[in-house]
Amino acid sequence: MAGQAGSDIASLVSRNEATILPEWLELQKKAGTLHTGRISEGELQSQSKNFLHLLRDALAQGGSDVSNGAYEPAKAMLAELSRSRASQGFSPSETASFVFSLKQPLFNALNRDKSLSGEQIASTIWTTTVLLDELGLFTLEIFQKSREEVIIRQQREIAELSTPVVKLWDGILALPLIGTLDSQRTQVVMENLLQTIVDVEAEIAIIDITGVPMVDTLTAQHLLKTVAAARLMGADCLISGIRPQIAQTMVHLGVELNVISKSSLADAFAVALRQTGRAVVKTKRIDGAAVPDKKIGRQEA
Amino acid sequence: MPTTKTERLDIKASDDVVRVRQLTRAYALEVGLSLVDQTKVITASSELARNTLDYGGGGEVTVELVEQGGRRGVRLTFDDKGPGIVDIEQALKDGFTSGKGMGLGLGGAKRLCNDFSIASKPGEGTKVMIARWK
Repeated sequence: MAGQAGSDIASLVSRNEATILPEWLELQKKAGTLHTGRISEGELQSQSKNFLHLLRDALAQGGSDVSNGAYEPAKAMLAELSRSRASQGFSPSETASFVFSLKQPLFNALNRDKSLSGEQIASTIWTTTVLLDELGLFTLEIFQKSREEVIIRQQREIAELSTPVVKLWDGILALPLIGTLDSQRTQVVMENLLQTIVDVEAEIAIIDITGVPMVDTLTAQHLLKTVAAARLMGADCLISGIRPQIAQTMVHLGVELNVISKSSLADAFAVALRQTGRAVVKTKRIDGAAVPDKKIGRQEA
Repeated sequence: MPTTKTERLDIKASDDVVRVRQLTRAYALEVGLSLVDQTKVITASSELARNTLDYGGGGEVTVELVEQGGRRGVRLTFDDKGPGIVDIEQALKDGFTSGKGMGLGLGGAKRLCNDFSIASKPGEGTKVMIARWK
């Protein structure tokens, strides 16, 4: 029965392709598939034609059972379409309407077919509905999956991108932290810092938390553990950029960071320079060139 | 105490702790808390949400916008069906932890808020309520 219905629809599709395809395209255009300009009319046309052929072949060989192997090419094409639409920014309903909008042209073709009895038409409509619903849901599932893949990829990118360790001077590193530090990202950040301390033989690492909106006990614990690990490796840590509201909150929480902390990165850098036996000296500008002024003065006198 | 707005969130994974903080921030902004008070209540919500997750085995939070005598505030109720706390006094003590944390979260959350109440029965779960008023 199911196999019979499948080949019935297959022959219906091949007999009426000339009317089904334009009707279907018209419906898709009406649904606004082309409005956003994300795919061209030619593309839509070739996708639609391609799918209609694959569906016809699948119906002829595998009947109306979507799990049949004959449907693999059609499904593969839908998966490809779904993925590309997800990355082009189509909405789920816009993507699914590709399949669902095929119903009406198929039903129209059925109704025009004089050779079928009323009973046959009813049962064929039912088979077609079930079939297209399943394919539509399949499309949505793939769409959802590819969106999730995008999110996971972005999460990984964020984890890697937002953890730069910057060399400020010989032996002085800075780690500007951004965001809340209670996630897996923290682990990456800290490992990065410790590795860079080894790589550049740093004496001092400045952890700047200007971009951290909140410090709770877990964040504080992560910070303290990093400081302790850095110490074991012979590097001192300074913490800078603790904002007033965070300072107050930390006091209430009862968290103590036993490290030198400065309100700004510039202050912390000055401390780091002093600790490594360096100083920043102000000079007088002469014609855009910076030369120590006292020395010049004496030479001229 | 009339509640003008309320929202409920599940706490089942560490991502949910982030969501609790964001929701708390949104409510704190709506109440009009100062930056310091916002930070305090958000930090407290973060501590308690993580307690619910780590020690309570997951649970839920109800965030409310409350009004009393012309004052507005944000109230959070954390509820879990975990093992419960045997000795609440000890749990509130700074430095005490049954896990790997610093042992400052629960007591810290109490100090960061205006209202704090905790009810727990061993084997049945724990309920912690905090509120911060403008």
